[in-house]
Amino acid sequence: MDSMTVPAITAVNDFVVKFANVNGSGSASANEMFARAIVRMGVPVSPRNIFPSNIQGMPTWYEVRVSEKGWLGRRGGCDLMVALNAQTWDADVAEIEPGGYLFYDSTRPLKGKLREDINVIGVPLTAICTREFTDPNQRRLFKNIMYVGALAGLLDMEFEVVEGLIAQQYRGKTQLIDGNRAAARIGYDHTRTHFAGKIGLKIRRSDAVGDRIVIDGNAAAGLGAVYGGATVAAWYPITPSTSVVEAFTTYCRKYRTCPESGAARYAIVQAEDELASIGMVLGASWNGARAFTATSGPGISLMQEFLGLSYFAEVPSVIIDVQRGGPSTGMPTKTQQSDLLLCAYASHGDTRHVLLFPEDPHECFTMTAQAFDLAERLQTPVFLMTDLDIGMNERLSQPFAWDDARAYDRGKVLTAEDLDAGKSFGRYEDVDGDGIPWRTIPGTHPAKGAFFTRGTSRNAQARYSELGEDYVYNMERLRTKFETAKTLVPPPVAQPALQPTRLGVIHFGSTSPAMAEALDILAADGIYLDALRVRAFPFNAEVEAFVDAHDFVFVVEQNESGQLRTLLVNECEFDPKKLVKVLHYDGSPITARFIAGAISEAMNSPRLRPLIPTKG
Amino acid sequence: MTYIAKPRLGSEALPRNAAGFTRRDYEGRVSTLCAGCGHDSISAAIVQACYELDIEPHRVAKMSGIGCSSKTPDYFLGASHGFNSVHGRMPSVATGAALANRDLTYLGVSGDGDSASIGIGQFAHAMRRGVNLTYIVENNGVYGLTKGQFSATADKGSKSKKGVLNADSPIDLVALALQLGATYVARSFSGDKEQLVPLIKGALRHKGPAFIDVLSPCVTFNNHAGSTKSYDYVREHNEAVNRVEVVLQRHAIETSYAPGELRRVVQHDGSMLLLRKLGQDYDPTDRIGAMNHLHEHAALGEIVTGLLYVDEHADDLHKHLNTVEAPLNTLTDEALCPGNEVLQALNATLR
Ligand SMILES: Cc1ncc(C[n+]2csc(CCOP(=O)(O)OP(=O)(O)O)c2C)c(N)n1
Ligand code: SF4
Ligand SMILES: [Mg+2]
Repeated sequence: MDSMTVPAITAVNDFVVKFANVNGSGSASANEMFARAIVRMGVPVSPRNIFPSNIQGMPTWYEVRVSEKGWLGRRGGCDLMVALNAQTWDADVAEIEPGGYLFYDSTRPLKGKLREDINVIGVPLTAICTREFTDPNQRRLFKNIMYVGALAGLLDMEFEVVEGLIAQQYRGKTQLIDGNRAAARIGYDHTRTHFAGKIGLKIRRSDAVGDRIVIDGNAAAGLGAVYGGATVAAWYPITPSTSVVEAFTTYCRKYRTCPESGAARYAIVQAEDELASIGMVLGASWNGARAFTATSGPGISLMQEFLGLSYFAEVPSVIIDVQRGGPSTGMPTKTQQSDLLLCAYASHGDTRHVLLFPEDPHECFTMTAQAFDLAERLQTPVFLMTDLDIGMNERLSQPFAWDDARAYDRGKVLTAEDLDAGKSFGRYEDVDGDGIPWRTIPGTHPAKGAFFTRGTSRNAQARYSELGEDYVYNMERLRTKFETAKTLVPPPVAQPALQPTRLGVIHFGSTSPAMAEALDILAADGIYLDALRVRAFPFNAEVEAFVDAHDFVFVVEQNESGQLRTLLVNECEFDPKKLVKVLHYDGSPITARFIAGAISEAMNSPRLRPLIPTKG
Repeated sequence: MTYIAKPRLGSEALPRNAAGFTRRDYEGRVSTLCAGCGHDSISAAIVQACYELDIEPHRVAKMSGIGCSSKTPDYFLGASHGFNSVHGRMPSVATGAALANRDLTYLGVSGDGDSASIGIGQFAHAMRRGVNLTYIVENNGVYGLTKGQFSATADKGSKSKKGVLNADSPIDLVALALQLGATYVARSFSGDKEQLVPLIKGALRHKGPAFIDVLSPCVTFNNHAGSTKSYDYVREHNEAVNRVEVVLQRHAIETSYAPGELRRVVQHDGSMLLLRKLGQDYDPTDRIGAMNHLHEHAALGEIVTGLLYVDEHADDLHKHLNTVEAPLNTLTDEALCPGNEVLQALNATLR
């Protein structure tokens, strides 16, 4: 640590550590262990994977934001760079905040001149491993756990916590536990000896985590599908959705294996493509099972024709869309919220679909489970609109809970008893005035209730009909049904400003943690905004009232065109001038800094400036 | 237009099968296809087959894609649920349905355009996946519903009604089904009810993917001289390898044939297929032999029909997935939802 032109950053439980690794080098689990150790010390973290569309050899990054205050959005910037990839070295070094720290493997001496405004921490990881271990595999792999130990030492973390995680990860494999523990200890002792008191970043035990859990959104959605009663899953692999069905498979094996026979209470089919996936979902749902698929934008594009059938023939379906950057193959390993319009109006003709917007893994769980109730109640497609940021990153979330008294809402299904009791059945008749007709499941009754499902127009008795009035009856009923949907979907969550204000902000999905933090930053600057987190489409009355109650409403989104705003303008007929776009779409998760910056800037426009209360 | 239901006059007097149904109970709405369309004969054969098999109509699910052929499920088994899906995608819908309830009988009806052109992918994957489904292609070599364009099964050199010669090589769905692992593969002709009805019966009783390619002339667009899918052409070139009879119980074995003339195949459900040889020796349990036979005779310009292949030990997708005996759509909330206690235990592992 040489001459410094800027003071070294000092921070306790509030900084960003970034790991620059080579994809496939085994660093991923070490990095996760580092983040998990901080959580175990009671300090909130939000880790994020930044990775290429590639399996081995390309650069990857893992960013860990530590925040005692509990801000889980991406912060931006980097205070401590763990630079372990020669390929990206220059850019990684350049990214460090002035006064920040560079951690590297000092086995080989640095070439050339480094920045003078950063602190350099060299640990000869390779040399130590070569010295301590003889097996070439161990030499390579233990380097990862060794830097975790070294960082723990550097940041003043409790070594017992790291030890505990190692023991948990390799439970039952004593040799692996011993080896990993030894390697971690060597790293820990090394930095304690050589760098004690020389670094201003610290992790101090806290109780800010509470009873929260750490899980990624895709795993939570897979679990939600188990709890939601899904028995059929059909899918085609696509980043970033693949791990949804993988998790569903794992949890099904665990929780859905018949204890007597060992047989499966579920069926999972890897289809030949997304057309087949959604076709299977429709076939299964039509036949009375709860079925879903998980995909991303390109898959939704392929499903269009079937989605129209699901809507018009009124066959329930649940589609989990883990959004990534489009159009086309776009940015397959980057995050976006850019499939809203694609999903809201999927398919030809006049269609409208129900969308759910989870903010985090907790809501991925609850909303996936709820999606099955909604799809069966409304007999229509229901989309869970999650994204890569939520789906593929571990996130601190509220613990899961399930009300054991809750029964699945299977919707309006006539049983054989109902039919025998003389209940009249017209498949597409609006008998209850809510636009939702009754249905029967194939095989129910020997003489009553059979009907022919088709995508062509038909009358209320499900008979083929090209009569204009029959068609209009159906379309109007579908419109009524969509109105009914507004009363069933999850309502928005309001966060009123600390002071009365005529300004509002609407956001949704993975923007949530960055938004919360941005509101805090803006309030400190005297800019107060009432916030509304929209959780579903169609928008219900509360969303309309919120926009009506404000002069200007910022709409914060992670796409290029303002797709939620388009939906708001289109469906609620708001004056577009009232809705101010705040758009982030470079593929990285949106940050509080970005939102606060964009809103402050907009506040300086002549249109909005008068709305800022003058201080004092 | 709206269809008129068929009058059910006089059904009291009609004979009933063992399940208590008359032949009428297996009929559907009045067909709207062209008079003389081969597809209507296939619908009649389906009605006959279901009646003779004593199937309860409501335990059948009828699936189809889009086309004249795919409309037909409305014209048979009126007491069954039907699903007329989208063009070329019947197989996936049928797969999903079969996953949801393993106890129903699935009957998929498709066209040559529906299965060999737009839907060839789904056709192939349903076969290789082992879906328990009777899959009938009503093969007329053209797109009937869009007015007579060639489909992918049209033979090279066959002439359209407008006089255009087809230059593309044909896809033989039977050859594909054999190669892809279908466990019951047959070809027949809509004009040969004697052959077709038992083949459908055998397929409905088969466990696993049962495929029947039925040549079914389109009288409006492909029944002229120069077509290889016309009534005349198919009659002249039909080379049947066997005649099938389906016997529901093991013990009721036909004895009126000379030894060596009959071959018995017992299917999974105990029903028996009695195969009467025609002409040369043909072993319908030899998949490779079937493929060779098919290709050799196709090269001679012959249309090979009959039960070309059957696997006596066939099983299906549910077996591969090891699903529970009870249909998935009957599982209760308790069987499906692990409950809060399990969830709390899981939470504890995520901290
Ligand atoms: C996606 C799509 N593309 C095109 C069509 C138009 N179309 C309807 S039926 C059909 C061809 C049907 O041919 P086939 O399956 O052989 O049935 P056939 O009418 O000959 O019985 C086509 C192209 C459609 N319905 N959907
Ligand atoms: S157009 Fe051809 S296939 Fe269609 S109904 Fe008429 S004869 Fe049959
Ligand atoms: Mg055709």
